[in-house]
Amino acid sequence: MARRMQSVDVALVGGGMTASILGKHLAEAGSTVVALERGDMRDTIPDFQSPSMHDELKHSIRHALMQNPATQTLSFRNFPGQRALPMRQLGSFLPGEGVGGAMVHWNGQTWRFQPEWFELKSWVEQRYGANFLGEDVTIQDWGITYDELEPYYDFFEKVAGICGTAGNLRGQKRQGGNPFEGPRQNDYPNPPMKTSHSGALFGEAAAGLGYNPFPVPSANMTRHYTNPYGAQMMPCMYCGFCETYGCEHFAKTSPQTAILPFALANKNFELRTRANVLRVEWDRGSKTATGVTYVDASGVEIFQPAQMVVLCAFAHHNAVLMLNSGIGTPYDPATCEGTVGRNYTYQTMSGVSVFYEGGKRINPFMGAGALGTAIDDFNNGSFDHGPLGFVGGAYIAAYQTGGRPIAYHPVPPGTPRWGREWKDAVAQNYNSTVSITVHGSSTPHPNNYIGLDRTYTDAYGQPLGMLTYDFPYNDRLMSRHVTQKAWEIAEAMGGKSVAVSWLPDHYSIVPYQTTHNTGGTIVGTDPRTSVLNKYLQSWDLHNLWTVGASCFPQNGGYNPTGTVGALAYWAVDAMINRYLKNPGPLVQT
Amino acid sequence: MTRSITRRNLIKLGVAGAVVAPMPAHGQEQQQPSLPPQHQAADGQDVLFFFTDPEARFITAAVDRLIPADPVWPSASQAGVVTYIDHQLASGYGDGAKMYLKGPWVPEAPAQQGYQLRFTPAELYRRAIAETREAVSANFGREFWELDAALMDEVLTSLETGAIALPSLPSPVFFETLLANTIEGWFADPAYGGNRDMVAWRMIGFPGAYAQYLELVERHGEPYHREPISISNSHARSVHLSGHGDGG
Repeated sequence: MARRMQSVDVALVGGGMTASILGKHLAEAGSTVVALERGDMRDTIPDFQSPSMHDELKHSIRHALMQNPATQTLSFRNFPGQRALPMRQLGSFLPGEGVGGAMVHWNGQTWRFQPEWFELKSWVEQRYGANFLGEDVTIQDWGITYDELEPYYDFFEKVAGICGTAGNLRGQKRQGGNPFEGPRQNDYPNPPMKTSHSGALFGEAAAGLGYNPFPVPSANMTRHYTNPYGAQMMPCMYCGFCETYGCEHFAKTSPQTAILPFALANKNFELRTRANVLRVEWDRGSKTATGVTYVDASGVEIFQPAQMVVLCAFAHHNAVLMLNSGIGTPYDPATCEGTVGRNYTYQTMSGVSVFYEGGKRINPFMGAGALGTAIDDFNNGSFDHGPLGFVGGAYIAAYQTGGRPIAYHPVPPGTPRWGREWKDAVAQNYNSTVSITVHGSSTPHPNNYIGLDRTYTDAYGQPLGMLTYDFPYNDRLMSRHVTQKAWEIAEAMGGKSVAVSWLPDHYSIVPYQTTHNTGGTIVGTDPRTSVLNKYLQSWDLHNLWTVGASCFPQNGGYNPTGTVGALAYWAVDAMINRYLKNPGPLVQT
Repeated sequence: MTRSITRRNLIKLGVAGAVVAPMPAHGQEQQQPSLPPQHQAADGQDVLFFFTDPEARFITAAVDRLIPADPVWPSASQAGVVTYIDHQLASGYGDGAKMYLKGPWVPEAPAQQGYQLRFTPAELYRRAIAETREAVSANFGREFWELDAALMDEVLTSLETGAIALPSLPSPVFFETLLANTIEGWFADPAYGGNRDMVAWRMIGFPGAYAQYLELVERHGEPYHREPISISNSHARSVHLSGHGDGG
């Protein structure tokens, strides 16, 4: 029998970005809130300090800040019918563990989705006709529009101190920004980052081909900045240790630097670490959540009663928690019915490398996680798909994130993988190579979903989540088209040779791609094809909500954090100003 | 060409267990490679915790083919990579502390599903070294480290391609693990035992654990000549803090 804690108004599952946002605002609105984080407490001081933070082996290769697969992992297969096997080591994506979650070790690339992405199905039908795509492209409308979400994007950008140049200010196109972005009410709160050598070479070639280069919107600060909560952030030093690292300088936005201290300052808010939530408890009669059961640091099972439960775990884990709680109908790929786990999507990544003569000095170690120059001419809303037969797109960017050498030591194609010739090639090319990223969208497919594994269990004895995923045909077409464009830019950059990394034939769980796992508990307009209504409230239990990238019905050709932040503010606004005043479903079925 | 003959011999050995004549070793067969200097150090700093003496000889010879010495830069073992791998295998990494190790195991899984062997990294090395030594001995009548460089490369290539069939694991899994660990040791901070005197960083021009390039990032194409810095450098903290927060 689990020990029982004193009841709270709201139990948040997780201690990362979305839990910090919700905790801050719900506590301020008068609710008692407890956030349950499976990992340990950690903070800028002392945990993220140099020089020990600048250790590539510990952080990038051995994953010091990430989820430990020995405790909890997923199983994986490419298609239904294949035997799923456990992900025994981290690879393709790196969920965080500990306070701050993955927003401690992110790069800080902070984008908005283009407006049509929120009404994608309607947009495609209207623009290209109802039969433009095959039935296996199961895109959906979110039920939320860009215009509804815009003020929340705006506020998130202010909290996170995003640095960039507006390209579309209230409908006015602006020089130097992204002309393909949706209209924004306000410019970014901070000016853009400096331009790296990689970015300058890429930007010049892209402009020469008639494209529209601009600085990537960044959560690496460009000046001293005080956010609306009063958090003081410091300018980025371009040290080149963002991705997979915590920032020692208070210069990269994280829950710790920007949000969490203002939740913790409120006595209504409690952050409880080493609390691994197993499931949501719920009453079958009244169809309401009654709290959550978790295991504490010493292994004791504890029941935390709550009037309201919000799942704020890392993306795929929200669906796993719902499945392990028996809430809603699990998605079944055989019938395409059921909702929990449906529309798992990811990111479709490819790239091009440009190799210059040995005398060129790119100095790739002078970097920052979001230090990049991009074009958005080939994202979804930017061009005509009519003759191409697919939906979606990608931004193309030259990032200069740090050049840390265990992971980054590019050599031209045809170089042996080891031996003297490899060694010479590494020495010659490390400082004279530019890498271009093609950051592609991801559309849902009936085969791609999150379920529960029947064989493998985690350290708590619960079934592992089971991921079934391969790159859909639609996304292969998209990737080929945009990678071709990136190749053309690369050829115009004046290098001695160019190498293209095309999308592989099949998705693999092994090489790192992105930590942009999306879907599984998606928002929508119809309870038969979505888990949540447009406010991120469960269709099944009105006092259960889910916030995160798991809510995306499909993933845009952008990094998801900006949209996750906007959704968190959108949802907490609905909770405070509508739901808590009169608890019940906010959308009638 | 000796290259194809050698590979064919190895394939024969692995698949059919046929006895084949050892290849002539081009006059170097008598030469015993010495262990890397750190193994001989008496101050305790480079004690090997995991590898036995023959295992250390095997790994020393292998990593020095993966990253050989050249006129300017040392070999992997000369840079401490054997010590690095040994210490990794003797620690949490070797024990699979961050691996999901529960069964059932499906060793023949497609590559997309990743590592599916039952072995921890330490077990993988121990078993793979023993089985590779047996295969080499059966084929050549010698230890791996007694072969000449070209033959060692043939053996490594056969591990890489799977042309050697080891009894209890796919040889490419061992090869890829060894290659990855060798590159880690070569480029990781010297505090881990490899990359001695930051030679790998000097070779490519990576400055190590510095914390700021704010004033330099837009000076495109300028050479950067500062001495690299390790996290073990006692001055590193003050170097970092001098740049802390003084940007505009």
